[in-house]
Amino acid sequence: MNAPAGEIILDTQHLSMRFGGLVAVDDLTFAAKRGEITAIIGPNGAGKTTVFNCITGFYQPSEGMIRIMHADGKEFLLERLPDFRIAARARVARTFQNIRLFAGMTALENLLVAQHNRLMIASGFTLLGIFGWPGYVRAEHAAVEKARFWLDRVGLAGRADDPAGALPYGAQRRLEIARAMCSEPALLCLDEPAAGLNPREASELNKLLGAIRAESEASILLIEHHMGVVMEISDHVVVLDYGQKIAEGPPREIRDDPKVIAAYLGVEEEEVAR
Amino acid sequence: MEYFLQQLINGIVLGSIYGLVAIGYTMVYGIIGMINFAHGDVFMVGAFLALIAFLALLAIGVTAIPLALFLVLIVAMLLAALYGWAVERLAYRPLRGSHRLAPLISAIGMSIVLQNYVQLAQGARVKPLPPLIPGGYTLWEHNGFAVQLSNVQIIIVVTTLALMIVFSWLVSATKLGRNMRACEQDLKMASLVGVDIDRTISLTFVIGAALAAVAGVMYLLYYGVIDFFIGFIAGVKAFTAAVLGGIGSLPGAMLGGLLIGLIETFWSAYFSAEYKDVAAFSILVLVLIFMPTGILGRPEVEKV
Amino acid sequence: MAVPNEPATRARPAKLDLAGALKDAALAAFVAFGLFSLMLGLRTDTGASGRLQVSPRPGLLATVVAAVFAGRLMVALIARSRIAADFTRSVQTITPQFEKLGRFVAPALLALALLAPVLFYSNRYILDLGILVLTYIMLGWGLNIVVGLAGLLDLGYVAFYAVGAYAYALLAQNFGLSFWICLPLAGILAAFWGVMLGFPVLRLRGDYLAIVTLAFGEIIRIVIINWQSFTNGPNGISGIPRPSFFGAPFNDSEAGFAALFGLEFNPVHRIIFLFYLILALALLTNFVTLRLRRLPIGRAWEALREDEIACRSLGINTTNTKLTAFAMGAMFGGFAGSFFATRQGFISPESFVFMESALVLAIVVLGGMGSQLGVAVAALVMIGGFEFFRQFEQFRMLVFGIAMVSIMVWRPRGLIATRTPSVFLQKKKIIPADIIEEARQ
Repeated sequence: MNAPAGEIILDTQHLSMRFGGLVAVDDLTFAAKRGEITAIIGPNGAGKTTVFNCITGFYQPSEGMIRIMHADGKEFLLERLPDFRIAARARVARTFQNIRLFAGMTALENLLVAQHNRLMIASGFTLLGIFGWPGYVRAEHAAVEKARFWLDRVGLAGRADDPAGALPYGAQRRLEIARAMCSEPALLCLDEPAAGLNPREASELNKLLGAIRAESEASILLIEHHMGVVMEISDHVVVLDYGQKIAEGPPREIRDDPKVIAAYLGVEEEEVAR
Repeated sequence: MEYFLQQLINGIVLGSIYGLVAIGYTMVYGIIGMINFAHGDVFMVGAFLALIAFLALLAIGVTAIPLALFLVLIVAMLLAALYGWAVERLAYRPLRGSHRLAPLISAIGMSIVLQNYVQLAQGARVKPLPPLIPGGYTLWEHNGFAVQLSNVQIIIVVTTLALMIVFSWLVSATKLGRNMRACEQDLKMASLVGVDIDRTISLTFVIGAALAAVAGVMYLLYYGVIDFFIGFIAGVKAFTAAVLGGIGSLPGAMLGGLLIGLIETFWSAYFSAEYKDVAAFSILVLVLIFMPTGILGRPEVEKV
Repeated sequence: MAVPNEPATRARPAKLDLAGALKDAALAAFVAFGLFSLMLGLRTDTGASGRLQVSPRPGLLATVVAAVFAGRLMVALIARSRIAADFTRSVQTITPQFEKLGRFVAPALLALALLAPVLFYSNRYILDLGILVLTYIMLGWGLNIVVGLAGLLDLGYVAFYAVGAYAYALLAQNFGLSFWICLPLAGILAAFWGVMLGFPVLRLRGDYLAIVTLAFGEIIRIVIINWQSFTNGPNGISGIPRPSFFGAPFNDSEAGFAALFGLEFNPVHRIIFLFYLILALALLTNFVTLRLRRLPIGRAWEALREDEIACRSLGINTTNTKLTAFAMGAMFGGFAGSFFATRQGFISPESFVFMESALVLAIVVLGGMGSQLGVAVAALVMIGGFEFFRQFEQFRMLVFGIAMVSIMVWRPRGLIATRTPSVFLQKKKIIPADIIEEARQ
């Protein structure tokens, strides 16, 4: 089930993003390995979500190259693709800092929308679907089954028919992850999935992410502030501060790195050098 | 060449009228993000109020034109401001939290109400007024064609300039202006720091309506004839001007107005008069497709 | 014993807050005086000399201001009293029961529509009104795809109505094609126009899209008026072939419909045929819409309405999705236009003014949230109401405008402000409108 670990899935080279005079991301180079969970951390304003937006196509980078390499050898240059193609062809899925569910649709419907492209083809771009083409009916059943599977995984099976907007906060976060997984991504980008979760929910999130890493083909790229989640679950950590990378390595190293501590606590530069 | 100059003058004058109406659109859109569909009809109401006021003053014997003009301006501005206030209070404020289509439909309804109200109150026929401000200057004469600048035209441009100066001062230097700018940036936050947003929004509508009334008076003086339908077309053109200049930008509204006035005048003069409205509508479409932030507008970065 | 969920308003005594109400009423009267002083108080007319003069109408002004005072006083008194609280509470308790009855409304209306020609066989006025209502229902259902489902603000829908009508008229007149061939052709042409117009503008935000579509509608109308050689300009196109019953014309000839079925010739036969024709077209629109809602494209439309960015992040090509909605809506508008042309026998640019677009949009918004039943009821209320207002003669449009504003203020979400999920695992739960987010930026 797992593609060989150790190979690079996402290769970011010299990524820069400028808004007018403001440099949000400055010459960032890092790599994420397949089958691993890579975390991007850093104080607020470090440019983490900007990096995500560049990877997922919502911003066009000012400079740099972002390459994704699938297990079957297909490669895509993300800095050139429009956002929906990155999701559809390069199979990069994401969640959002401020949860973007379809609030007026049920949890089940949310997960079906995620499988839109496959279902569109199965419905003959709607034409066959109007006439009840059996191939489409089968495809829709399969899609509902996959949705049911992921709802189970995130513990929302009993709430499949509830409107997403009515779900409690923690459930909404989990539903967004389930929705992203329904699009069968190669790379799953999670923007602060643990924000606002209590310790029990955070530990359940860890379990979920671990299960995703173990069982599915998706590699995970994670922005997070919650150090408990980061330290426990990630294989590799990249630290940003003021748009620049200041450290990279396994969680244990990062935790003890004085530069990282200084960035978070605001210690004087001279003290760090000592 | 002379013909060109004449059209240039005419275009600037027409553009000033559009610009005054455009300011109302741009202010309201800037502050609550809504297109005030009924604004063009407030302009029309202003023109009618001016007409009635003029006739009333003439009837009671005020024949000194400058005095009459001054009084009419005041009356039209005050009453049109009241209309603007009433429209906001009745049709928009109750819908301030709801989804974006509701105020739009409400505005369309208000537009229908205003048009029919005027039509019922004053009759459906066009209302002609004899030229009140005769005379002008011949700037240039060549090849038998005289480039003329009428007194009405001078008054329009001067009034517009004066109002622009007053208005720019108002927005940049007064507390009201500061409040308006704060509301434009972030309505919720403005209310949290203590700005009375209801009052600020009301005043925005009031000022916009007053300026539209001035435009209405100018229109009446310039063209000499009004009817209850002038609001619709003028409204769309003024909105086009606001978008062209950059929605949310006041100098943009004036600039857009001038451009639209010039384009319409030149198109009419050199190509075809029947399609002049198509020219205005087409510009709107082109601007929105290729340059949605307009000339002086601020580009918006989408927050994901 | 304290009962925790009694509404707090119950404790208010029956004392009337007269002073407060009088203050409100006085303020309202003052504003009314200001508003109406010149416009109603004076009337401009062309006098004997041919110049405009004013004549005072103090009576009218006084009456209106007094009416405003009285009205506001009553509203203020009622609002501050117990009556209002009792009324809202009883409405809240009745509403769930009404909603249960709601299941019967759709079948009842359908039955009424199917039987109407039989019930009102001799009443040509009602049949004509029915045809008009059904035409607007179809237009509403067509626009519902664009505005209600996909959330795209279209203020220029009348353009597709016009394309359909003119396409039918020109095809039928110049090529002699029958209605059943012209109808799909007109629909395809309208859909084509939908794609052409939609393509450059569909990435615009909400209100801007509304204004651009309005501009397109007006451009098309002005072009129709001025392109005399093609469209016959403001004179319109007359002599459009009337409908026939699959070849048998509706006249009293040997080959006519009446003779064919052994009936005595009656001009109402044609009307009844037209009635069932528009009913069939409308039901087709409804059927297709309901089907599409359950298909991926329909779900994508509704997701698009909620949050376009989320859609793009799931790999949905939102431009194509929007274009599809636009084209479908345009196609049904084109069908409706064809029907209109054949029913009237004559079309002119007068029938395709902006007011029509506004009316259809109002029907969709009043109906609520992409609800098919809501749109049908709204069309019935608005068009029927408009006819009803005919007794007000010249006040008709004014009352109509006031009604539009009032209904929007009272029920901004529309009549049927709920959404039914298109698919469910266990139980279909109706989703109330306030959860539905629209156009999340």
